[in-house]
Amino acid sequence: MMARQTGIFYLTCTLIIVTSGLFFGFDCVYLAQHVTPAIPAIGGALFIFVMATLFRTSFSDPGVIPRASLDEAAELERQMEVPNAGSPGTYRPPPRTKEVVIKGQVVKLKYCFTCKLFRPPRASHCSLCDNCVDRFDHHCPWVGNCVGKRNYRYFYLFILSLSVHCIYIFACVLTNLILRAQQDNFLTAMKESPASVIEAIVCFFSVWSIVGLAGFHSYLVASELTTNEDIKGSFTARRGADSFNPYSKGSIFKNCSQVLCGPVPPSLLDRRGYVVPDSSQAHHTGNMGTNTAPDLPPPAVVTTADEMLPAGENVKKREMISYQTPDGTINNKLPPLNGTSSPPTCGGRKNHIWDMTLNQLNYMGRSNNHAAIHGTNPGSVYPQPYRHSDYLSGTSVLPAVKGNKSTMSRGCSTDF
Amino acid sequence: MDNMARLSSSQCTKVFLQRDFTEGTGVRFQNKFPQELEGKIDRAILERTINTVNSIYLEAESLSGRTYCESCFACMTAYIAYLCMDTHYEKCLKKVARYIEEQNKTVFVQQGLMLVDPAERGLRVFEICILTEQQNR
Repeated sequence: MMARQTGIFYLTCTLIIVTSGLFFGFDCVYLAQHVTPAIPAIGGALFIFVMATLFRTSFSDPGVIPRASLDEAAELERQMEVPNAGSPGTYRPPPRTKEVVIKGQVVKLKYCFTCKLFRPPRASHCSLCDNCVDRFDHHCPWVGNCVGKRNYRYFYLFILSLSVHCIYIFACVLTNLILRAQQDNFLTAMKESPASVIEAIVCFFSVWSIVGLAGFHSYLVASELTTNEDIKGSFTARRGADSFNPYSKGSIFKNCSQVLCGPVPPSLLDRRGYVVPDSSQAHHTGNMGTNTAPDLPPPAVVTTADEMLPAGENVKKREMISYQTPDGTINNKLPPLNGTSSPPTCGGRKNHIWDMTLNQLNYMGRSNNHAAIHGTNPGSVYPQPYRHSDYLSGTSVLPAVKGNKSTMSRGCSTDF
Repeated sequence: MDNMARLSSSQCTKVFLQRDFTEGTGVRFQNKFPQELEGKIDRAILERTINTVNSIYLEAESLSGRTYCESCFACMTAYIAYLCMDTHYEKCLKKVARYIEEQNKTVFVQQGLMLVDPAERGLRVFEICILTEQQNR
């Protein structure tokens, strides 16, 4: 749920729930008796499916690309300024686009100033959510979220099932009114069940837009386009005679299966990230970290540069260096001295990835015992590293072992 | 998140390999050998590592029968199945993480380099840290 304004999402929920509620409460009672009890059953199943897909669309990460870390941003800036250095006198703005050829089609990648990265193809920055979203389709206020790579199929299923649900309710309501009108006239029938009239009005006005939208998105799915690309006309024949969609698989069936049943990457956001208070507090702990001498494997914190600088400058440097974690939180805290202390929120499934690199550096202290620890395991899944002993200055490298466990982090669920 | 992956650039030089989009929007990293690593590591080793990682990502993003069945099954269970099991993509990402850790342990750290799993960088870049002498004790 990325949108700042969630009012329209509540409106969507209210409309669907109230209309369906009236349907089950009034029309279904009559229809179940006079026609068949299957009617409320089917209606119920449709309603559950609509709400499930709605919540799935609203509350799942659309495919947000986390903001670049400070080092990456600095590196990109450096690369972009170098070409300008040799042109005195003429002002040429630094290049903010990169061109890439995808399957014969030239695609321009734009630099995002907010996220400090070159947007991958098909990604776009949503100003409402203030994030770059992969395979950006559009920002849907009804759903209160962007629609992107990860939740497009739920959005599509939502509008499809909602249009079926809408048509279903409309049909049932009409049946109800007609059956009642057979005994009396139509006006009396409407007076007897006013709820049906309300439902009919709501459904009648929504059905055009929803069915229209469902049809439009069916076309987009079949041609592997996003709403964004369709509106901009990125790949239409207007742009150029040889402008084609490089992402299309060729056939409608393949495109549909790619979009609706294709693999879904997990969310790249770290929602359980620990937000560290600002630098004035953090640098104290940082200083403590660098000054104490550990007797465990050496931390990767101390460098010759730091030792040579006077303490005052060291403090300033630490303050300037703040790493931005992928989810945008600023982190000034230095890594812990011993590898066994874990981040405060360790234990979450996503966090074990952070802990793993911790252990990699811990392993440096044990690299001298490398040869003694390893054995061979013919069942190893991964490609074997080189055995050239001259390459590693005398120490022979033994193949990676499936069963060899280093200190694995607590949250890690992987099994070697 | 305080951990070793957050080495700042005052502590080590960082080299970034950007994404390679020539094959489409799938996750793939450029295989060109950065100049800063000349002499530190054999070109072929780094290329092999990157190629292996790219192949695992390719497998993750491919639309195979398995992915298709997984998606349909999840849809039928109203996506509750995703609470109980990892998707194929997640399994592949874990495989990459394990592979990189193993490569770091066996090859790279001894050469004074450390690879960072791209998943920790939002799959934007493949980061290689050149560790300084103190860290490589």
